Amino acid sequence: MKYRVFVTLKSGVLDPQGEAIRHALGALGFEGVNSVRQGKMIELDLAETDAAKAEDAARQMCEKLLANTVIESYRVEPA
Amino acid sequence: MKAAVITFPGSNCDRDLAMAFEQAGADVTRVWHKDTALPEGTDIVGVPGGFSFGDYLRCGAIAARSPIGAAIAGFADRGGHVLGICNGFQVLLEMGLLPGALLRNAGLKYICRTVALRVETTDSPFTCAYGEGAELQIPIAHHDGNYTADADTLARLNGEGRVAFRYGQNPNGSMEDIAGILSENRRVLGMMPHPERAFASIHGSTDGRTMFDGLMSAFAPA
Repeated sequence: MKYRVFVTLKSGVLDPQGEAIRHALGALGFEGVNSVRQGKMIELDLAETDAAKAEDAARQMCEKLLANTVIESYRVEPA
Repeated sequence: MKAAVITFPGSNCDRDLAMAFEQAGADVTRVWHKDTALPEGTDIVGVPGGFSFGDYLRCGAIAARSPIGAAIAGFADRGGHVLGICNGFQVLLEMGLLPGALLRNAGLKYICRTVALRVETTDSPFTCAYGEGAELQIPIAHHDGNYTADADTLARLNGEGRVAFRYGQNPNGSMEDIAGILSENRRVLGMMPHPERAFASIHGSTDGRTMFDGLMSAFAPA
């Protein structure tokens, strides 16, 4: 089973990199970019064939390592 | 005092930290990240600065889950003393031994310079040798030192006097100018500035040495 994990800073946590990207877009002439939030995407290829079990495992991976839940939230999607 | 200094792949302040402990008079053992136990009789663990595991995923994230990480967490749970400096602070936060997180510096730049630090509490073995409110000159060298925590955590840290150091002039966007914090039992300290780099007169400041001398006196046999 393949999954995509999206890890982003929680809303309310300042994203200095997102802000820098927003400024750079403005400098390139892209107007009206109200906000930019950046994060990371992680692809997982799991041997487990049971979708429920595989997704549960992916979530546990997020809780234990892939995301720092103090500042980040995550989303798991089938790939 | 028996000190154990950890080395992860990418640590680069481990020798400096070991030397600081040694010159203060401690017995120092160097410990590799794949070791699963700390040396018998360890009094304090030093988690050094650097770029453990290349800062992959998040600074300190992989090191926090390394074999020696579990041993350090167990040691701290049993009341052991732990000093995490710079990347070591990031590791302790990722392990959950201290609350909050460190984000990318607000100015997005890696900052390497000596800064003024204010001692916020002398009630810890790390800060006992400083004067209350003393101002120190200690170098920082980091890209991700922007301390963040939710309002409840900040209130608790303030209320319990667990902010050990604040910056005189905030270099990185850190909430409430926080540069270092203590655990609830005051035996775990995480800080971004490098006391081991302000140890000898050749460093330009010896304000960091006071921390190691204070630790030695805290551990001196009664």
